[in-house]
Amino acid sequence: MSGVAPLAETLAAALIVLGAGFALIGSWGLVRLPSLMERLHGPTKATTLGLGGMLIASILWFQLGEGQWTTHELLISVFLFVTAPVSANMIAKVHLHRLRIGEPGAPAGPAGPPDPPPGRADWATHEAPHAGTPGDFEGD
Amino acid sequence: MSVLEAALAFGFAALGLALAMNLWRLFKGPGVADRILALDTMVINVIGLIVLAGIESRSGTSFEAALLLAMVGFVSTVAYAKFCLRGDIIE
Repeated sequence: MSGVAPLAETLAAALIVLGAGFALIGSWGLVRLPSLMERLHGPTKATTLGLGGMLIASILWFQLGEGQWTTHELLISVFLFVTAPVSANMIAKVHLHRLRIGEPGAPAGPAGPPDPPPGRADWATHEAPHAGTPGDFEGD
Repeated sequence: MSVLEAALAFGFAALGLALAMNLWRLFKGPGVADRILALDTMVINVIGLIVLAGIESRSGTSFEAALLLAMVGFVSTVAYAKFCLRGDIIE
């Protein structure tokens, strides 16, 4: 540990503890919360934030401790922060779709199943398939 | 034991516990969406483990693995969800 600034070490250690704590809280939310719409909050927010903390700690450590500038961590964190909402949206769509087709055993949550959108609109979980694709059951 | 080593030990323990809890949700279910979410969270936690291992080994060679895992995890989550929604992945 010689030649390493103690400030960098302390800062990296604090960020690692903070990030791992956030990741743990996110996974605890995945276990603890009662329905999927609530369970989505834990992994998509707390865990992603915790991973961001650990990546910042890694950047700090390699920059201040080892003297080399790495950008891989920035790539990983940007990629994660962009893709987390997309995958959460897809999982929520699967949940709504399963609720609508009446999958047994999946609780809708304390608020009950979500109200359908007003008018003749429907949840966009299963948009109309294009003609001629395997999802087109119109002529069956 | 320095501060950083203690923090790394705490981080490994916390991420291992988080992975065990995700595994519990993966087996418990109850719906398909819960299992997809548990798999997605497991991938994110494993990326954290790889990053911590990279800090501990003081070599920057493990970040390609972390980046690759982030991409593969996202694509597999979207593929699973797409399969549940449409019955097909690439139409």
